[in-house]
Amino acid sequence: MSALVLAEHDGGVLSAATLATVTAAAALGGPVHVLVAGGDDAAGVADAAAAIAGVEKVLVAQDAAYGAQLAENVAPLIAGLMDGYDAFLAPATTTGKNIAPRVAALLDVMQVSEIISVEGPKTFTRPIYAGNAVATVQSSDARLVITVRTTTFDKAAATGGSATVEAVSGPGDAGLSSFVGLEASRSERPELTSAGIIVSGGRALKDAETFSQIITPLADKLGAAIGASRAAVDAGYISNDYQVGQTGKIVAPDLYIAVGISGAIQHLAGMKDSKVIVAINKDPDAPIFQIADLGLVADLFQAVPELTGKL
Amino acid sequence: MKILVPVKRVIDYNLKPRVKADGSGVDLTNIKMSMNPFDEIAVEEAIRLREKGAASEIVAVSIGPAKAQETLRTALAMGADRAILVETDDQVEPLAVARILKAIADEEAPGMVLMGKQAIDDDCNQTGQMLAALMGRPQGTFASLVAIEGDHVSVTREVDGGLETVKLALPAVVTTDLRLNEPRYASLPNIMKAKKKPLDVKSPADYGVDTTPRLTTLKVEEPPVRQAGEVVGSVDELVTKLKAMGAVA
Repeated sequence: MSALVLAEHDGGVLSAATLATVTAAAALGGPVHVLVAGGDDAAGVADAAAAIAGVEKVLVAQDAAYGAQLAENVAPLIAGLMDGYDAFLAPATTTGKNIAPRVAALLDVMQVSEIISVEGPKTFTRPIYAGNAVATVQSSDARLVITVRTTTFDKAAATGGSATVEAVSGPGDAGLSSFVGLEASRSERPELTSAGIIVSGGRALKDAETFSQIITPLADKLGAAIGASRAAVDAGYISNDYQVGQTGKIVAPDLYIAVGISGAIQHLAGMKDSKVIVAINKDPDAPIFQIADLGLVADLFQAVPELTGKL
Repeated sequence: MKILVPVKRVIDYNLKPRVKADGSGVDLTNIKMSMNPFDEIAVEEAIRLREKGAASEIVAVSIGPAKAQETLRTALAMGADRAILVETDDQVEPLAVARILKAIADEEAPGMVLMGKQAIDDDCNQTGQMLAALMGRPQGTFASLVAIEGDHVSVTREVDGGLETVKLALPAVVTTDLRLNEPRYASLPNIMKAKKKPLDVKSPADYGVDTTPRLTTLKVEEPPVRQAGEVVGSVDELVTKLKAMGAVA
């Protein structure tokens, strides 16, 4: 099965999510090509994509219309390239989730969303009901459109490959939409979805200042990314792109420390595949303790600074 | 401007679903069902746009069993003007739902379709994007802010790195994220009034849409259960255990 993978990038850097998607594409058993759609800076990203181990060819579509990854412009480009491929895969990031279903509809196929394993050429597993069930599904479509939950696939090596790079073009600007601006949240920390350690805070942190006073030193000590529950985000403790859960980011770090998080099913959906889960909560009946490897029933305002000091 | 709001009847979001022992699916008998939370946000946003004078009529649509009428009545009680139920007992996949919605949009000619970003049962996150593709119209997915500006709509989207704003030519399809608004509760008088609002019942065949699934579910299983953990007595013990596990240096 020949597969085309959408490279996710911000105009300069290829995302780690792309590497995991390449691994999923390779599991289909055929050659893997990567599409880099972008503006002026697409060429640099294409070079990075060509270095990914296991990639045979990189298609680069350089056009101002593709610079902001607008689905209205990128989806027809991909649909036009799909004659040569059996499958299209995108990482299940906000970019992939925005573009891939539009491609699927243009190709008249059902998308298989957020696969967590490849069981056969057309058979996949995917979580449903906020991760409370896992469905094995088989597609009957001639061509596949898939988004990949990147935390469950190993990342392909970013170096060692020597793919050929080929320029392609598409219909360009569909004239339906335009990019106005991006208000990026700045962070010096590891990116949440690829971090090895995450320290996550919930409603019990009281306010934005306390959240930062308690969570930040521990995260600094561990070189960890910071996460949050929906309650903490809704209460304004931290911005929403830190939210972990069914409606936020899906993470699977080596260590996830949940501080003052009760463990609602929507939150667990985003982190229960972490290798080691630590819960610090004063409520011994909090559902988080049912999935935590190590639980500490304690007042977080004392326990967390103490933990920070002793690590 | 008319706004079309598709809504889905799903398991109540507070409930933990139980997987059937025979692996055929999730047990939904005698389970409380509600409107998909993202769809409530879509209904609310449509009503707010009407309250601002940006919308004139709100049409709620649901595709599903006869009981999805309850979900539509909820939308009507919140403030939608009328409803369309496309009744079917089959499981309808997002692609077929998008096809039916496309046919309804062709008839109704809405200026905007406002819908949830994903349903909390199948977690697909596809229908809005597919509908936009079939209509050949722009999409504003994962919206946290929606502002009508003449013949365009400005949509601020929740993306992985922050907030992105796009400008879309109307008609457009907009899918809602959680922070777009706080949906209102339907008051008792409005629930009573909603019973008298028009609700048309149709079938997928009325729109010429074949709902045969493209994906076959071979089995549905419980996710792997995590090993039971332990509760430690002190921060010291926690640190010792974490170091022993190699989780921290």
